[in-house]
Amino acid sequence: MRYLGLTEADRREMLAVIGAPNIDALFRDVPAGALNPQLDLPPHQGELEVERAFAAMAKKNVSPMDVPFFLGAGAYRHHIPAAVDHLIQRSEFLTSYTPYQPEISQGTLQYLFEFQTQVSMITGMEVANASMYDGATAAAEAVLMAQRVTKKGKAVLSGGLHPHYRDTIATLMDQTDQPHVAAPTDLNGSEDLSALIDDQTACVVVQNPSVFGHLRDLSGLAKACQAKDALLVVAVAEVTSLGLVTPPGAMGADIVVAEGQGLGVPLSFGGPYVGLFATREKFVRQMPGRLCGETVDQDGRRGFVLTLSAREQHIRREKATSNICTNSGLCALAFTIHLSLLGEAGFTRLAEINHAKAVQLAEKVATLKGVEVIPDAFYNEFAVKLPKPAADVVEALVQKNILGGVPAARLFPGEPALHDVLLLAATETNSEGDMDALVAALKEVL
Amino acid sequence: MTTRYTKDHEWIRLDGDVATVGISDYAQSQLGDVVFVDLPAPGKTVEAGAEIAVVESVKAASEVYAPCGGEVVESNQAIADDPALVNRAAQTDGWFVKMKLSDKAELDALMDQAAYDAYLKTL
Amino acid sequence: MLNRQGRPTTPSQDADSAAAGTITGNRGLLMEEALIFEQGEDGRSGVDLPPAPQVKDRLGGLKRTGRIGLPGLSEPQVVRHFVRLSQKNYSIDAGLYPLGSCTMKHNPRLNEKMARLPGLGDLHPLQPVSTVQGALEVIDRLAGWLKTLTGMPAVAMSPAAGAHGELCGLMAIRAALKARGDVRKRILAPESAHGTNPATAALCGYTVDPIPATADGRVDLEALQAKLGPDVAALMLTNPNTCGLFERDIKKVADMVHAAGAFFYCDGANFNAIVGKVRPGDLGVDAMHINLHKTFSTPHGGGGPGSGPVVLSEALKDFVPVPYVVHGKNGFELVEGGDAKSFGRMKSFHGQMGMFIRALAYMMSHGGDGLKRVAEDSVLAANYVLATLKDVMSPSFEGPCMHEALFDDRFLKDTGVTTLDFAKAMIDEGYHPMTVYFPLVVHGAMLIEPTESESKDSLDMFVGTLRGLAQKAKQGDQAAWFQGAPRLTPRRRLDETRAARAPILRWKPGTNAPPAGKAAAE
Repeated sequence: MRYLGLTEADRREMLAVIGAPNIDALFRDVPAGALNPQLDLPPHQGELEVERAFAAMAKKNVSPMDVPFFLGAGAYRHHIPAAVDHLIQRSEFLTSYTPYQPEISQGTLQYLFEFQTQVSMITGMEVANASMYDGATAAAEAVLMAQRVTKKGKAVLSGGLHPHYRDTIATLMDQTDQPHVAAPTDLNGSEDLSALIDDQTACVVVQNPSVFGHLRDLSGLAKACQAKDALLVVAVAEVTSLGLVTPPGAMGADIVVAEGQGLGVPLSFGGPYVGLFATREKFVRQMPGRLCGETVDQDGRRGFVLTLSAREQHIRREKATSNICTNSGLCALAFTIHLSLLGEAGFTRLAEINHAKAVQLAEKVATLKGVEVIPDAFYNEFAVKLPKPAADVVEALVQKNILGGVPAARLFPGEPALHDVLLLAATETNSEGDMDALVAALKEVL
Repeated sequence: MTTRYTKDHEWIRLDGDVATVGISDYAQSQLGDVVFVDLPAPGKTVEAGAEIAVVESVKAASEVYAPCGGEVVESNQAIADDPALVNRAAQTDGWFVKMKLSDKAELDALMDQAAYDAYLKTL
Repeated sequence: MLNRQGRPTTPSQDADSAAAGTITGNRGLLMEEALIFEQGEDGRSGVDLPPAPQVKDRLGGLKRTGRIGLPGLSEPQVVRHFVRLSQKNYSIDAGLYPLGSCTMKHNPRLNEKMARLPGLGDLHPLQPVSTVQGALEVIDRLAGWLKTLTGMPAVAMSPAAGAHGELCGLMAIRAALKARGDVRKRILAPESAHGTNPATAALCGYTVDPIPATADGRVDLEALQAKLGPDVAALMLTNPNTCGLFERDIKKVADMVHAAGAFFYCDGANFNAIVGKVRPGDLGVDAMHINLHKTFSTPHGGGGPGSGPVVLSEALKDFVPVPYVVHGKNGFELVEGGDAKSFGRMKSFHGQMGMFIRALAYMMSHGGDGLKRVAEDSVLAANYVLATLKDVMSPSFEGPCMHEALFDDRFLKDTGVTTLDFAKAMIDEGYHPMTVYFPLVVHGAMLIEPTESESKDSLDMFVGTLRGLAQKAKQGDQAAWFQGAPRLTPRRRLDETRAARAPILRWKPGTNAPPAGKAAAE
């Protein structure tokens, strides 16, 4: 067994030093009958055998690398520069623990500080934490934080919010029977949430662009929130949009949460991803999650430490701002490296390409009979109305070796009105040939 | 003007109608460098034993409880601006709040200096 | 000037300070490295992208107007930056990492390779299920291993980490209670519990009632009985517990909890000690999270990502979050909604797939036989450390221990050396310190978890080092030396008080302290 450090001789010698007759003597506190159960598991295997087993499972999947691919809805295919994956696999990043001993963790701490800075910058906010699990859990944490800040309970959830975000928030709030109001599903991007905001409202959660792709100016909503002392929480499910779109901070957001997967993190069938969490400096002591701060060492040299830890579970226990401990450090590193490689010019360019590709795609599918592109303003994803159920269309496209978007029914199974709606995303990875193949195939299956 | 203490290491000193409340020197030494205090707004009314403030050091956080019931009439802005003052002068300038007590008799249930000193020896 | 936690409050003029005296501030291979924002120039990029296709934008007037402020760097600049940063970190690949309760074992590179296979690492979570049968098979196979290893009938796969798993477990318990019309308000947890236990309970609206321990470090059954009642929803207990001991009365504990109509949540952080050796399902556990990033070798990555599937008993198995994988007519299917008993959703998509692949690769590599060996060797290594240090350090409890050995600071009494100082001195010797000041129930705790990855030579070297340091501390007059440690690291002790009093949480132009090298050069 290649991963074990001890030999049989070592084991005998160590048992002798301990003074135990055999290994089971060390397990003497285990109740009788519970030790050494018969387990129906296969025996150990070499690398080659394990690789073969995984290759066989991989082969049963259709890789997005191999076919025209237009899926988004909260997870986006982007090209990840080779340096990103190389750097995050360096032993010192990959196999280190949470930086609780700062003298020998300055590498992790400095990149977390850089990550926090980058997140603050692109969201247009003052401060950001060192990451959450993903965009949806970050949104749920934002609601709890808004409750602490405002000392009010109710959350208003936009009808353009990704259902996974909506349900993650609702599930958490249901634990304490906190009121949450989900606005009707907003396919057309025309909702006005101000009527739902009252004196009990702690926050309004809105996604931009919405799950159907609508880009909206949220400054009016921000004012409506302010008028009722509620916080505006803006969720961004596609982080690369911030390279081109006015950031939520500039529209008056109080808390910005985002799914950071679009920068540096592979699709990986839905996880692990990285949640971004940014807010105003005055709320910093109400933030969830780890924070890295600048300080000096004993010799006066600049260094970094985890700070404001008294908010966290290992100190504050039941009064902590969150129960989060392990976050998404390595994905945050991938994000930071990718954004560092891009720089201002590259990040802007990447977003411009994404948008232009989506505009091209929208123009192409709009030529199809009976197909209607729903949003006027969007980034790299938009909903289209089809003349027949979108799930059937997507299955028919699979037969033509095309992964042709996400049927809205997959996310909104209880809403028949959305069964003809398809979500299409385009990124820098989509060639014009891919788009033409999709349009040609759609022509056949519609 | 005698100082009385709770088992949670708050001190309270009555001067006329108004009592001053803080944490004991022992408490500050146990906490280490104080980095933040969260103080109540004047006007807040509390029962004896209710949480009135929070004090944080680098590696600990602790609630400060009202030794007696009453109304908060003043919070010490000086320790909000300079939390280290709690370490330097826990039982003088580093006080937390001033309160108008609802029942001065509640003071009698608290420890005097000698009793508190004896209590500390048991810890 | 050190504060009570042994952290400096002002820069020292310490003669043995490692201040470099070089022009750059570098010390040979130890490179100073400025923040990324202090490097680079406008207009530059480390990624070559074609011009965007010319289209009329459809941003609805919401195009960003101002600059973001990101620096522009070439690829070599970026690579050098992050390589230099990496060199300031300790890692399990570089040395023994005895952090108790964290299970810092070897992270096989095969796992990394498998997680990146085309057709696994690049799948979109919302592809039609007919195109991801292999991915669902990975989840199903991993679930099968977890159920077999724990003797539990069901597992919720989506929680993203241990604390998230705790949350899932308490949500399942609340849903089960609700289904029988039972509202309960209290959670019991030992004083020695991980902070996540009370924090999670509070998140679910429960008050937390601490259970004291007996003198031998186990749950006090009498105290438990006294605290149980019709308003107790669950007991949260770590087993092996946070003192590194097996709760020998665990079956009795489970019976008492069940008799009170409550559920038994087991914190599975310490599963490494019993994997393949003891099934929690045989002990009366109702729910337990499993940290794939501890027991099953997925890398900690500087603090995440993790993965925390939760195994559930017969009584809880219907109360799961969506989504979950089922066997259908045409292969695997995903249930993403429409399950009336499900309590809801924990996060986006289906769980930490990248971690599932790594954990399954690890399990298949070890097999059932190897996993049992993992538990045995990890317990053996910890007991060896306990046995070889007990005469110079102070074990908190009588042995044997499980996979971690707990010491307290009695052996440092009257030396002026604290647990923290002792830990910092280990750093100069090339070791990451053990977990310190946890669990809270012993004074100046030092919790050592060597794991099964270490060779005997490595353990002997480690023990020898700790013996040497313990003896040095006891010589007397060594407090100042210990307080000055570490001296040989990229940074010496950092001023955490300053960081917390006036937090600087990001770079802003012109406001941050200069990097050390620049100050020296100017």
